[in-house]
Amino acid sequence: MIELLQYSFVVRGLIAGIIIAIIAPFIGIFLVLRRYSLIADTLSHVSFAGIAIGFLFGINPIITAIIASVVSSIAIERLRISKKVYGESALSLFLSGSLAIAIVLISFYHGFNTNLTNYLFGSIVTVQQSDLFMIAGVSVVVLLLLIGFYKELIYISFDEDSALVSGIPVRLINIILIILSALVVALSIPIIGILLISALIVIPVLTALQFRKSFQATLIIAEAVSLLSVIAGIVISFYLNLSTGGTIVLIALACFILAFFLNSFQSSSKTVRVAP
Amino acid sequence: MHNVNHKENIIECIDVSFSYGSENVIQDIYLAVHRGDYLGIAGPNGGGKTTLLKIMLGLLTPQSGSVKLFGTDIRNFKDWHKIGYVPQKATSFDVNFPATVFEVVLMGTYGKRGIGRPTTKEDKTSALEALKKVEMDGFANRLIGDLSGGQQQRVFIARALVSNPEVIFLDEPTTGVDEAAQKEFYALLQTLNRTYDVTLVFISHDHTALAREATEIATIHKTLTYEVNTHHD
Repeated sequence: MIELLQYSFVVRGLIAGIIIAIIAPFIGIFLVLRRYSLIADTLSHVSFAGIAIGFLFGINPIITAIIASVVSSIAIERLRISKKVYGESALSLFLSGSLAIAIVLISFYHGFNTNLTNYLFGSIVTVQQSDLFMIAGVSVVVLLLLIGFYKELIYISFDEDSALVSGIPVRLINIILIILSALVVALSIPIIGILLISALIVIPVLTALQFRKSFQATLIIAEAVSLLSVIAGIVISFYLNLSTGGTIVLIALACFILAFFLNSFQSSSKTVRVAP
Repeated sequence: MHNVNHKENIIECIDVSFSYGSENVIQDIYLAVHRGDYLGIAGPNGGGKTTLLKIMLGLLTPQSGSVKLFGTDIRNFKDWHKIGYVPQKATSFDVNFPATVFEVVLMGTYGKRGIGRPTTKEDKTSALEALKKVEMDGFANRLIGDLSGGQQQRVFIARALVSNPEVIFLDEPTTGVDEAAQKEFYALLQTLNRTYDVTLVFISHDHTALAREATEIATIHKTLTYEVNTHHD
């Protein structure tokens, strides 16, 4: 493990990974409970279009991914509120549309290359020193906003109408949540990859929900699962020369399967106990 | 119909009309709720009960007419902590939501506390006191989804009570709740209305229950007919 830390790119990847592991389930718990987890998938594909724009014009792809993702997130929310298009159809529209834009732009850029493949599947070597400062800076802002709106986000996730009646500005907070989701997705892409980022946002939360605990305890368990998956995933993928994003998601998935069966076993043993 | 009463108007709907597309759901309704009232709003399904409730809570905007809460136009109303709301249980929440009874009741303090301000010790004490009022303090650490329908409704009453509201709106709160729990629930509402002087606006399709419990009944079917339950005097 210590020899691993001698490589500066591994240290950068680990630090970026730990930051993302903290913010991904924090935003994920609200998306999952509001049945809105597919937005992460849509925003990751929108970010892909942003990355393609970055490559084409020689701009840092994370910056273009953030801009594309944030602008689209606001457009998706406005379209959903207008009720002119069903919520999930709006997601599908943006997902396929942005993927099409990305593919066309990549064909201008002489097709796929290693750099682009790293963004698709995630790799610790993708994280540059400047990326790390950006990931850390934006993550601090995301974290502070999530803490600031924490209680309002819980109430809206539980019962939107009652939250509105109690005087909470539901529409504003919904927009903030979706913008924060866009930021988290765009920031996570270098490590986890476009194709797998929604898994890191969703799977640790689904794992934690199996334990049937309070909101606070569920969030803590999700954070622990996320941190474990990311740290173990980066270390294992380095030694076994595997895809970083894929390894992280497989570990998270293993945690979910374990929690699911533990929960099923506990539920069935309770049923046996109370049976007459 | 205009109700002649000298008590303070807490809610006033003036010539309110609302339609979904071309379908007129409620038309030119006048309704006044006074301090201390226990008003039942009855009517058939699709008659406009829930629409009227949503208009009174600011969840829907009427096409014509106006709504005043505590004398202030609803568009300028800020004192939402004076309003409590108990939604229809079946449609209001996900039973798998990871929240304890205490966490659910604490939500009732969030609006009053304001954005960016964490909950205080005082909020937590208020939540426990509200749970005591509805005799659910022994269930504080249980998950909300693990309780029976009647117990969940008591918790929602506690959440509505925690900000010390002056009026509570209840939308078909006994749907899916067994008869014994309903009886206890109605007894609790009587205590809130008579002992704690909380004004109640209760929406239900069960006219018999409203006739037994409420002091006044408004029956809505596009327009409003109004009756006073004299047996409560």
